[in-house]
Amino acid sequence: MNGDAQLRTKYMNNVLQQTVDSLRERFGDAVEEVREFRDDVIVVVGRAAIVDVATWLRDNEACPFPLCEDVFGIDAWTRKQRFEVNYHFFSLTCKQRIHLKVRVEENDPSVPSITGVFPGAGWYERETFDMYGITFPGHRDLRRAYMPEDFEYYPLRKDYPLMGIPGALPLPNRG
Amino acid sequence: MGLESALGEGYLTTQLDALIGWARKNSLWPMPMGLSCCAIELMSAGDPRHDISRFGMEVMRFSPRQSDVMIVAGTVTYKMAHVVRKIYDQMAEPRWVVAMGACASSGGMFRSYSVVQGIDQFLPVDVFTAGCPPRPENLFNALIKLQEIVQHSSVLDYRNSNEPIIVS
Ligand code: SF4
Repeated sequence: MNGDAQLRTKYMNNVLQQTVDSLRERFGDAVEEVREFRDDVIVVVGRAAIVDVATWLRDNEACPFPLCEDVFGIDAWTRKQRFEVNYHFFSLTCKQRIHLKVRVEENDPSVPSITGVFPGAGWYERETFDMYGITFPGHRDLRRAYMPEDFEYYPLRKDYPLMGIPGALPLPNRG
Repeated sequence: MGLESALGEGYLTTQLDALIGWARKNSLWPMPMGLSCCAIELMSAGDPRHDISRFGMEVMRFSPRQSDVMIVAGTVTYKMAHVVRKIYDQMAEPRWVVAMGACASSGGMFRSYSVVQGIDQFLPVDVFTAGCPPRPENLFNALIKLQEIVQHSSVLDYRNSNEPIIVS
């Protein structure tokens, strides 16, 4: 039994399989990899295609995914494409969840913003920018979400020390 | 101090200090600086079962201008530290600070870049309270210790009359 057939029978149900098939058909090479892990179907897409893929997922007839549940970053550190932006979409009609990934390299960590498709993703993109320094061209207001505005580092990157850099976050005087 | 010299050093520091200290210690109005989970235990300190009003402290004031003791209950991040300090600065003297719980006292389990490892880095703390969260009884323990501090502090120089204490 080859891997694909197992995938089909074990976790990926027909609806999701159809969605992935149409994604492949429609976007060709932009769909770089499809795999599943612990019941989740993960689709790695090219950076240039992410907005189109998100739009299509939201609007397709067979199984629309109108809910963007989460967007977050990952720092893979030793991998050639160091950063990864992850998207979780949920289909309310089909009760399906799909997980997209976009990988970017360290020297150009930017991914087109999907706020034009899912306005609510703006908060998540701000958080990802705050924590990893990944920029989202097309985001209207890409400010830091949690850290102070004048903070200079990206704390969830692997090269940022756990206890921070002394003096990076000033405290009031004890007085 | 004109009065001080007229009546002699001993008079003010003994009689009036004792009277004012007694009055102050029985009417400590807390400023509930609830920042996370410890604040829930601070709330239950005010419920009928634990009844913080036994100590004259039931008047939780949400205005720093009207309160005497700031109970810092919870995890203080670097970003929040500036707000906590600003509120402390708005409190009228004399004022005291209780660090409630492991987080406020030492950063607690949050050994990370974002959490201040003990609020004594930016506030003069009078009592540290152990526990995660401290039970209401332990908060009362801290407040009773604070009452002792208040009772025995000098009116003219209340800030320097004690060392911070730790209750557990
Ligand atoms: S000491 Fe424990 S209960 Fe209190 S704020 Fe910290 S984590 Fe929460």
